[in-house]
Amino acid sequence: MQAANPTAARTSERVSAPPAIEANALGFNYGERAALSDVTFSIAHGEIFGFLGPNGGGKTTLFKLLSTLVPIQMGRAVMLGHDLADDTIAVRRRLGVVFQHPSLDGKLTVAENLSHHGHLYGMRGRKLREDSAAALSRLGLGARSGDLVETLSGGLQRRVELAKSLLHKPELLLLDEPSTGLDPAARREFSNYLGHLRDRDGVTVVLTTHYLEEAERCDRIAILDGGRLVAMAPPGELKARVGGDVVVIRAAAPEALQHKLLQRLRLKSQFVDGTLRIERPRGHELVREVVEAFGPEIDSVSFGKPTLEDVFVHLTGHQFFAAPAAGEEA
Amino acid sequence: MEIILQAGTLWWREISRFVRQKSRLSGGLLQPLVFWLLLGAGLKASFKPSGMPAGMNYAQYFYPGVIVMVLLFTAIFATISTVEDRREGFLQGVLVAPVSRVTVVLGQALGATTLALMQGIIFLILAPLAGIHLNLAAIGVAIAMMALIAFALTSMGLVIAWRIDSTQGFHAIMNLILLPIWILSGAFFPAEGAPAILAWTMRLNPLTYGMSALRQGLYLGEPGMMTMTRAPALEFSVAITVAFALAAFAAASWVARRSSTI
Repeated sequence: MQAANPTAARTSERVSAPPAIEANALGFNYGERAALSDVTFSIAHGEIFGFLGPNGGGKTTLFKLLSTLVPIQMGRAVMLGHDLADDTIAVRRRLGVVFQHPSLDGKLTVAENLSHHGHLYGMRGRKLREDSAAALSRLGLGARSGDLVETLSGGLQRRVELAKSLLHKPELLLLDEPSTGLDPAARREFSNYLGHLRDRDGVTVVLTTHYLEEAERCDRIAILDGGRLVAMAPPGELKARVGGDVVVIRAAAPEALQHKLLQRLRLKSQFVDGTLRIERPRGHELVREVVEAFGPEIDSVSFGKPTLEDVFVHLTGHQFFAAPAAGEEA
Repeated sequence: MEIILQAGTLWWREISRFVRQKSRLSGGLLQPLVFWLLLGAGLKASFKPSGMPAGMNYAQYFYPGVIVMVLLFTAIFATISTVEDRREGFLQGVLVAPVSRVTVVLGQALGATTLALMQGIIFLILAPLAGIHLNLAAIGVAIAMMALIAFALTSMGLVIAWRIDSTQGFHAIMNLILLPIWILSGAFFPAEGAPAILAWTMRLNPLTYGMSALRQGLYLGEPGMMTMTRAPALEFSVAITVAFALAAFAAASWVARRSSTI
């Protein structure tokens, strides 16, 4: 599931195969407020694709549209060869959905939850019982099938949720913030499982996330900000766009310093949420130069290889986590 | 065929959830029971609505009204879960499954109706305590009417639950709409003798006819009580109640279909 994974290269080359999702100029308004505008993308079969963005960026709205929870307002989306607006039921049969808040009934046992789910997809009888047992044991839940869901830990519930959404053998799995509420180890394990799922069963995985590490493990990511798609590429490629290293300077009077940097060192810097940011190759030399010239005025200087957060700042001009949450998910 | 499987599984879920939440049984039964005992006993001596025959006391009059209250409360408790369930619970998964909204609403309505009916039947056992003697015909008509009324009230509960985003909102609407509908159904006092505007409201209230048919059914074993009301004819009341139930179900399905607030 790493970006350097050969599968990633393979999937981006396979342009001739029909895409798993083809979205064209999708838009969605809540009353007057535009939550999503003019979003166009294409996701290949067998790809692990992430929508990365801060809260309020439009991820949740996009998830609701793709999972058929809300009707298409603007634009068009074709999923697994079916038009999302006209052929919703056909899309639903082949789609698995993992919600951020568990869609399990806590008063029912693990097995009962799966059995209801199976019935809704037209599965029944012995076949359903066998498939359900298989789905549970694949996720290491075999021994818990008789437990009430409300007695399970958050991590286990998330696994039941995943087992449930895979019961009807979907070709495309859609996950909303799958790592929310999981500790880093469980997050990694979950991620690895999605990788297996793609490699073994050829399931296309589409997820939304605001965790940079999770986005890092996708084949390709699309960055959403303010309801618009600001970039779409493999994570490594996005980071390469930043242009060398990233130097961030904190100072008591950043505006004055920005001016002096420009005058005395001919250095253009970006003013981002109270810090000065400079992107350039051979950043370590710049650190020495800046510290020698303005040492007393500087609180701290950091230097590093670009992360996805830097990519986000580079593209949008504001911080990932300081971005105002428009309250869509509130 | 698939519709039966899908609606059936949603129906069964409502039942199994209910069985595991003991507090809901007492909530749906005890509150109306206390209501009936206190109000029936308290008003027995002083309150004698016009239109009530000589041999009848208020506890007898109020008894069918309390049964409808049991149905109403159970219907409300059973449908209110829809509000949160569809935002962060089990219903999310149902909404992205290949199931039409009508099927979803049908499963929910039948589940809640079953629960309300079971509680209504338990309450029916108390009829002799109310001084109402039941024969087989009375029991048969009463159960059929309870099922119809429960289905209509449950569907009304679903209309609200699918539109509202918070349980607080649901409570507000319930107090504003559902309780007055019950009070003005003849459950509490007959239309005869009420001020004209109230009497007309009661005649326009669809629940009045369910109430009237249930009352007439219950009194089948007590010919003396049948003389009481200039009530609408039983057949007419049943027909209106069937229409009410179908209309409420259609409204719930329609609201669920166009609900894009989830």
